[in-house]
Amino acid sequence: MSEVVALAAAEHSIGHDVAQHHAPPQGFIRKHIFSLDHKVIGKQYYALALVAVFIGMALSWVMRIHLVWPNAPIPGLRFLSKTGAPGGIVTPEYYLSLMTMHGTLMVFFVLTNAPFAAFGNYFLPIQIGAEDMAFPRFNMMSFWTTFLAFCILTAAFFVPDGPPISGWTSYAPLSAVGSDAGPGEGFGQTLWALSIFVFCIASLLGSLNFIATTLDLRTKGMTLSRMPICTWAWFITSCIALLAFAVLMPACLLLILDRVAGTSFFIPAGLVVSDRLQPHSGGSPLLWQHLFWFFGHPEVYIAILPAMGIVSHVLVNSMRRPLLSYRVVIYCMMAIGFLSYMVWGHHMFISGMNPFSSLLFSFPTLLITIPATIMTLIWLGSLYGSKLRITAASLFALGFISMFVSGGVSGFFLAQPSIDIYLHATTFVVGHFHMVMGVAAIFGIFAGTYFWFPKMTGRMMSEKLGKLHFWLTFVGTYCIFMPFHYLGLAGNVRRYAVLVDDYLIPLIPVHRFITIAALFTGAAQFIFLYNLIQSRFWGEAAPANPWECTSLEWSMPSPPPFDNFGGKHPVVYRDPYQYGVNGSKGDFVMQDSPEVVKA
Amino acid sequence: MRGLMGKLFAVILVVIALASAIPIVTHTWYGSAIRLSPPPDISTHGHAIDEQLSETMIEAGLSFLAAQLVLALFVWKFADRKGDTQIRTFPGGAKVMVIAALVLVGSEILALGVLSQKAWANVYFKPAAPDALQIQAQAGQFAFYFRYPGSDGKFGALHPDKIDEGNSNFFGLDPANDVESRDDIVTGELAVPVNREVLLLMHAKDVGHSFYVRELRIQQDFVPGLDLSVHFTATTTGKYEIVCTQLCGLGHYNMKAYLNVMSQEDFDHWMKQKASEQ
Repeated sequence: MSEVVALAAAEHSIGHDVAQHHAPPQGFIRKHIFSLDHKVIGKQYYALALVAVFIGMALSWVMRIHLVWPNAPIPGLRFLSKTGAPGGIVTPEYYLSLMTMHGTLMVFFVLTNAPFAAFGNYFLPIQIGAEDMAFPRFNMMSFWTTFLAFCILTAAFFVPDGPPISGWTSYAPLSAVGSDAGPGEGFGQTLWALSIFVFCIASLLGSLNFIATTLDLRTKGMTLSRMPICTWAWFITSCIALLAFAVLMPACLLLILDRVAGTSFFIPAGLVVSDRLQPHSGGSPLLWQHLFWFFGHPEVYIAILPAMGIVSHVLVNSMRRPLLSYRVVIYCMMAIGFLSYMVWGHHMFISGMNPFSSLLFSFPTLLITIPATIMTLIWLGSLYGSKLRITAASLFALGFISMFVSGGVSGFFLAQPSIDIYLHATTFVVGHFHMVMGVAAIFGIFAGTYFWFPKMTGRMMSEKLGKLHFWLTFVGTYCIFMPFHYLGLAGNVRRYAVLVDDYLIPLIPVHRFITIAALFTGAAQFIFLYNLIQSRFWGEAAPANPWECTSLEWSMPSPPPFDNFGGKHPVVYRDPYQYGVNGSKGDFVMQDSPEVVKA
Repeated sequence: MRGLMGKLFAVILVVIALASAIPIVTHTWYGSAIRLSPPPDISTHGHAIDEQLSETMIEAGLSFLAAQLVLALFVWKFADRKGDTQIRTFPGGAKVMVIAALVLVGSEILALGVLSQKAWANVYFKPAAPDALQIQAQAGQFAFYFRYPGSDGKFGALHPDKIDEGNSNFFGLDPANDVESRDDIVTGELAVPVNREVLLLMHAKDVGHSFYVRELRIQQDFVPGLDLSVHFTATTTGKYEIVCTQLCGLGHYNMKAYLNVMSQEDFDHWMKQKASEQ
């Protein structure tokens, strides 16, 4: 490792001269729409994620309401789909459409875009002292390709056959045989596969760019071991994303071919769907599952690693002290990234694959709890004896730790094939992944937003509203997702449009509690939206370094000038987290400050 | 008041942690009769899974409570302290954390991993007894069908092109040409004798489905193109719901059947009656 660091340090001075950067754009379109500036692109990703998250949340509201009040018309819904929701009442197939779109929007367009593409784009170049990404044009392309993917996906809402219904995992052959399999398996499903295919292209461009930027554009003195933890997290995430999306992309292509070109990659012979013998032979449904989860499991870490990085960055700043060990945290993130490729089979314990392989997949799945536990203990141990400052950002960072633990421990159950026999496809799984990858990652996004908003916009957010937002969201998300675990223990099956089974009917009061909690928690997110918009235009002007932070993004005015460092290359003299020392500005020393300090 | 927000965080977190544990400990939804735990096990292999589940619950539950309470304690103690206090480092620093994680989690993993294999092996590695009752299960949008071999003890061959739901030929049998299929018994209900091992031969007609009986502690996917099987012995008579747990289309929520565990006499009688109905 140290050789790598030394090598990279030797190379950095060559590296940062390589990029010949563009001049500031003049017109509105080049400045705000087709911009090459990584900061604008980062904000565009954020805005797209924001739109996606509110759509996704609205869909979950409709699902939750329908599940517990199946006969109550939902106002306005019939305008979205006359056939899917006649009279505002959701049909079973439309419920599955909402679920599919909710999952796809959230996983791809929110959890991948916001913590990784949005914040990474904005802050990775600045934190390593670069003027921009290594390939600004690729960067612009990757955002607009993502936007295209988003348009293709949302277009599926409006096709005659209805939006896709196979879930975000789109298991073949349901997703592959076409409209014989029922409503929602027509053109909408093809659009889904196309959208994800396009999304993969965008992510490949983006992650290549992140990797090249991190390796080549670090400024003088910015060795790998002086990069902030979030920079490391984005870097490791881009390595994961590069390998994961490279597998999902061809998988989606094969799925499209099965659907439109009559191939049989995922469809075996002899299937009779809607009384029609399918003209396919030779394909394997398990092939889709392997390819999908080979991407799908690393995807969990694509969502959570950037959040871990952001949370570490925010926590260190709020605690006014470095973490117990910077290196151990980085090594843990690398270990998680590495192990994330060996565990995909735990989604397939009961899929009919060889039962011996289940044991093989179970072991690394259990093993991955070790680096995750070390990180948690380091966060906790670093809190001890710190001078923790409570802000909206640090509250969300602390909330992240709590959520990560809660969602993490349920992984213990699902990692064991024998227990999975009972819990697989129950709401226990829904509770698990929503907490650990959904809510925890979103808490990371919130922490990042409250922390970096002053830098990104030049204005402060309201701390008061931010804290209110935290309390409501923290309690609310626990009220939503803890009960999912209890229902799962009772064997409550997931992905059911209506609860009609004898044993599910007595559980409906618990579902009702979840729905009410979801409505309240969702409503609380409008406080955040209001705070975001209000502060963006009318917030108090932000100083250059409101949180007394040490990393390079705080060494420049808020918002940063077009070329970040005003034409100069900053020089980095020290580790990223010099807190708890006697510096000239207080208890911290900036990374680019040449002063000599004693701890 | 200084540190109020941190103390509020700590209090709320403790309340959340304790409240989260209540339904786990009481097995019911707060103060109601709604049962939130697995139903009583009716299989010979299920107790191993249940034991595994409760052991994991204890270990995971304790880790959960410990982590949340320590987080609450540290935030309570160290949030917004006065400016002149010194930063202190946790005794032992990162080394203690790494060792603690390796020892605690490592031993948990080993213990659970080894135990889990045993429970898994009962279901998947031990083959069914040669005299197990063979029943074929077919899953299709949106119903399960079951087939018994009839008096000749042999299943007739399947011909997907002959499937005709209108004429109740759910499996695609060809009794005109295939002698073995003539006495096959096809039903929508899975009847099994109590305390007798059953080997369920599973195939899907159209898309993926799954076979889930909570009481049996059995869940197994139907995968199109694959002939899969599970075996089990039911120990308690009664009717239990079989539900589909693999998303299979618009009627997924409504795809179910019943498992009917009967005494041997009742089962023989049932078979005779079904044979005469075919």
